[in-house]
Amino acid sequence: MGAAPRAAFEITFDGRPVPALSGQSVAAALWAAGILAWRTTRVGGRPRGAFCGIGQCHDCLATVNGRPNRRACLVPARPGDAVTTQEGHGRAGLDT
Amino acid sequence: MATVERTASTSPDVIVVGAGVVGAACAYYAARAGLDVTVVDRGPVAGGTTGAGEGNLLVSDKEPGPELELALLSTRLWRSLAELLPPRIEYEAKGGLVVASEPGAMAALRDFARRQAHAGVTAREVPGERLRELEPHLAPGLAGGFHYPQDAQVQPALAAAHLLRAGGDRVRLRLGEEVTGVLTGAGGRIRGVRTRAGELHAPYLVNAAGTWGGDLARLAGVALPVLPRRGFVLVTEALPRVVRRKVYAADYVADVASDSAALRTSAVVEGTPAGPVLIGASRERVGFDRSLSVAALHRLAAQAVRLFPVLATVRAVRAYAGFRPYLPDHLPAIGADPRVPGLLHACGHEGAGIGLAPATGLLVAALLTGGELPLDTAPFRPDRFGAHSACGKEANHGA
Amino acid sequence: MPDSTPEAEGPGPWCTTDGPTPDTHGPGPAPAPPAEPCDLAVIGAGPAGLAGAVAASGLGLSVTLLDGADRPGGQFHRHPDPALGAARPGALHHDWSVFTGLYHRLTSSAVTRLTGHHVWTVVRDGDLWAVHAVTGPDGDGDGDGDGDRDGDSDDGAGDGGRPVCVRARAVLFATGSHERHLPFPGWTLPGVVAAGGAQAMLKSGLVLPGRRVVVAGSGPLLLAVASALAAAGARVPVVVEASAYRAYARVPRALLAAPHKLVEGAAHGAALLRHRVPLRTRSAVTRAHGTDRVEAVTVSRLDRHWRPVPGTGRRIACDALAVGHGLVPQVELALGLGCATRRTPDGTYALVLDGVQATTVPGVFAAGETGGVGGAQLAYTEGELAGVAAAAHLLGRSALVRTARVRELGRRRARLRAFADAMARAHAPGPGWTRWLDDGTDVCRCEEVTAGRVREAVADYGARDARTVKLLTRAGMGWCQGRVCGTAVACLAEAAPGPRQPPSPERRPLAAPVPLGVLAALDTEETGTRDPDPDPDPDPDPDPDDHPSHDTAIATATATADITATTATATADTPAEDSATATDAQACSPPDEQ
Repeated sequence: MGAAPRAAFEITFDGRPVPALSGQSVAAALWAAGILAWRTTRVGGRPRGAFCGIGQCHDCLATVNGRPNRRACLVPARPGDAVTTQEGHGRAGLDT
Repeated sequence: MATVERTASTSPDVIVVGAGVVGAACAYYAARAGLDVTVVDRGPVAGGTTGAGEGNLLVSDKEPGPELELALLSTRLWRSLAELLPPRIEYEAKGGLVVASEPGAMAALRDFARRQAHAGVTAREVPGERLRELEPHLAPGLAGGFHYPQDAQVQPALAAAHLLRAGGDRVRLRLGEEVTGVLTGAGGRIRGVRTRAGELHAPYLVNAAGTWGGDLARLAGVALPVLPRRGFVLVTEALPRVVRRKVYAADYVADVASDSAALRTSAVVEGTPAGPVLIGASRERVGFDRSLSVAALHRLAAQAVRLFPVLATVRAVRAYAGFRPYLPDHLPAIGADPRVPGLLHACGHEGAGIGLAPATGLLVAALLTGGELPLDTAPFRPDRFGAHSACGKEANHGA
Repeated sequence: MPDSTPEAEGPGPWCTTDGPTPDTHGPGPAPAPPAEPCDLAVIGAGPAGLAGAVAASGLGLSVTLLDGADRPGGQFHRHPDPALGAARPGALHHDWSVFTGLYHRLTSSAVTRLTGHHVWTVVRDGDLWAVHAVTGPDGDGDGDGDGDRDGDSDDGAGDGGRPVCVRARAVLFATGSHERHLPFPGWTLPGVVAAGGAQAMLKSGLVLPGRRVVVAGSGPLLLAVASALAAAGARVPVVVEASAYRAYARVPRALLAAPHKLVEGAAHGAALLRHRVPLRTRSAVTRAHGTDRVEAVTVSRLDRHWRPVPGTGRRIACDALAVGHGLVPQVELALGLGCATRRTPDGTYALVLDGVQATTVPGVFAAGETGGVGGAQLAYTEGELAGVAAAAHLLGRSALVRTARVRELGRRRARLRAFADAMARAHAPGPGWTRWLDDGTDVCRCEEVTAGRVREAVADYGARDARTVKLLTRAGMGWCQGRVCGTAVACLAEAAPGPRQPPSPERRPLAAPVPLGVLAALDTEETGTRDPDPDPDPDPDPDPDDHPSHDTAIATATATADITATTATATADTPAEDSATATDAQACSPPDEQ
């Protein structure tokens, strides 16, 4: 590509390696890998990914390093980040 | 079903002003008793305090006395309404859990529960070490608590909307229509109301205008010192069932009866079928000021996190303010107003309107039809404040 | 797979070598704000906020500039992290040199910059304003800057962001706008993205949502998005615009007054021509097809009320759709302080501002999109005006706002506002768009509430406004708090029978999600009081455009620009008052959120 990135590294999405560039958001790294959906909705279980791109719509919520509901379009990718498909509210572990 | 905008070919038997949960309950029980009812509201259904409430149907927070009697009756009525209305109203007989952080507060709770038991409230003591069997995410180290199985919850706006619909053809809705005058005839008797859309005639008028009940009373020429008490509710992101019951700290009890105008918050923490946890019940007397109180939100959040540490990383996505209508003695006004024949009041329920609505509606319907009263309404007499009330001038004028 | 990586068939716009990227990287851990109150808190570091902060600082005010992002520029000058090595990010931006100039003035000024600060409320605090923010890239973590992202922390305030309170004698809201959306069946499919979202991801991350991207909706942003996508290597089979660009011809005076806008429009037009991107006006994407991602869209003709014309649907294959219907001013923070609003010509709500950007609340100023969507040029102009006005207010030197420079800024503002109003009028949604919806379409993306349920709440359960619809259906109660579905829900609520009440601006007491641990960690005793809520402007009648539908090549847009430029040459400056009164707002607009 046209840019001359200073640093490239890997993150993982559901365990598989995804290249990322320093300064890219998690969402941008996923898009660059052709991944458009990284969560399923709470009610219908439908796939979702980035929509508004500026942190407003919250459609891009992802579980990053085990922490749910991170806005992937805002959170910068960092080496070794583990992004996992978030199911629903992403907090099933809290269910009583 | 309740039909919006049907031209009334015949006048209704009764006009209910206010399409909140209390107005809806009055309309429902009046219709069930055979009366034709028109509900008038300047806004939509549940546009006022009802839409800003958490939906608490509580007996646990009430001292023995007239309000508790009303609450116990309502608890029974809500149970049967829950059979009748669709599940969408999110009625949950989930019970309440009142906790005490230290032994002194626990002793006070124990005394309170004992007195409530004489009035018909079921309360079961839960020692500190057993609390987490009921609420697994509760903070460790609490002194103990009381479980109140009669406490329940409902989604207030849906409950109001479905109550109105359950009234059937006898209930008509006129929404977006503000009442600008009360019409009286010979002997000062109620003849109807004037709205921005024209006159509407009926021999009876029920004031279920909630926080604005004092304004409607004034239009009818009488004083009813309804005042607003601001409450904030914090709403979290959707969660699984983290909190099973209505959980709150013991100082809530003292707070409800408090005459202090200072902020005294105790967080009632509860899950909802839709997912979010509600944290509510800050109480301030600041008039109709809707501006956000960061101090109130801070206290709500701090108390919720103290009760449920797991909530610390959970995000609040919304906060809303509502105005709880209260009268000087913290009891609602329910019943006929002797100063204006045909005028009945059903307002001033403070933060308990959702819970007290069915009993209020049942009482109003009984008063309208001459039916048997299920409890003594004397403590709720609307003219009990006399001329020395907050609206003293108007009271003299109306008398 | 790399369908999202801009291809270098011919150099991409960012790979030329002229024009350096300012090193706008955030400073890592956010610095602690000064404990002493500052003179002016500026919220938002886009064009308006930058200009305001620089102007106020230049006049001697102590200024704190807060923004959620870690780099200044806002959405308009959203740009790649310098680490991405984009050699010429300005190629994706107009006014890049204005931005870099201001940015250099900012860095050499005494302005305190708080990046990664998401402001969630502003309240009165005695004689001051308390600006409350939560730190972190998304307001939920890394606020301590220690890189702890293992998610195992349960101490709330530490890993979950940090509360910050800035106290200031005056506030400048430069909070910009967000995109407006009109739902249609299939719009929740992956690959359907906001038009501004596609642009934002391209600007900051240099990525595309697909290789073959249909651009649709309404408003001038679409052309910019389409040309940026095409320049980045995407194939754009069509730009679908719901209104008729010839509506612009009805406002020649305003158009003339803003030649800069015409140049910008012409540049996009030329770029699209070069990439052979056709423009279909009076048309809309009325359905997106696909199972796990979008595979095609149906484009239908619209009548003058934006109702789809039966039988005109045409299927167009694509692997992404970028869609949006203009912008909505973000005014919730100002609304919380009781600032009055006005209804703009396209039915959104903007703040009421005087000639020097003061809101109706003394000591509170606003600039840029918060006063009505109008673009970066207007934002720069208003930002500078607001900075000067705040200085005049705080220093008690009214002469500051009587200079020739301020008069010139005022004239420029009037011209640009008039142009913005003309554009808003031309692209205002027609009431018939709700015909695109079938009852199964999710209107609220967060809570998955369908159009059918919203209609039921209105028809059967006494909902008459978006707030009641929300209470009865949960539409607008989710993470985004109705920012995405607000317009749609308000439009559906307008189907309520009986006396019509004008919709109100959307209230959001929390302007951003805040971890409970952060709220619990606040150290505050102020209660916050203010004047009662303002009344919104009355709701005027819609003014549907009656031009017929047309399939048009992109050449039309540029031609329109030329024509209007010519016809308008004889006209003088547009009076300032034109911008302050909106008389033909459309029926559909956002509701009260309470």
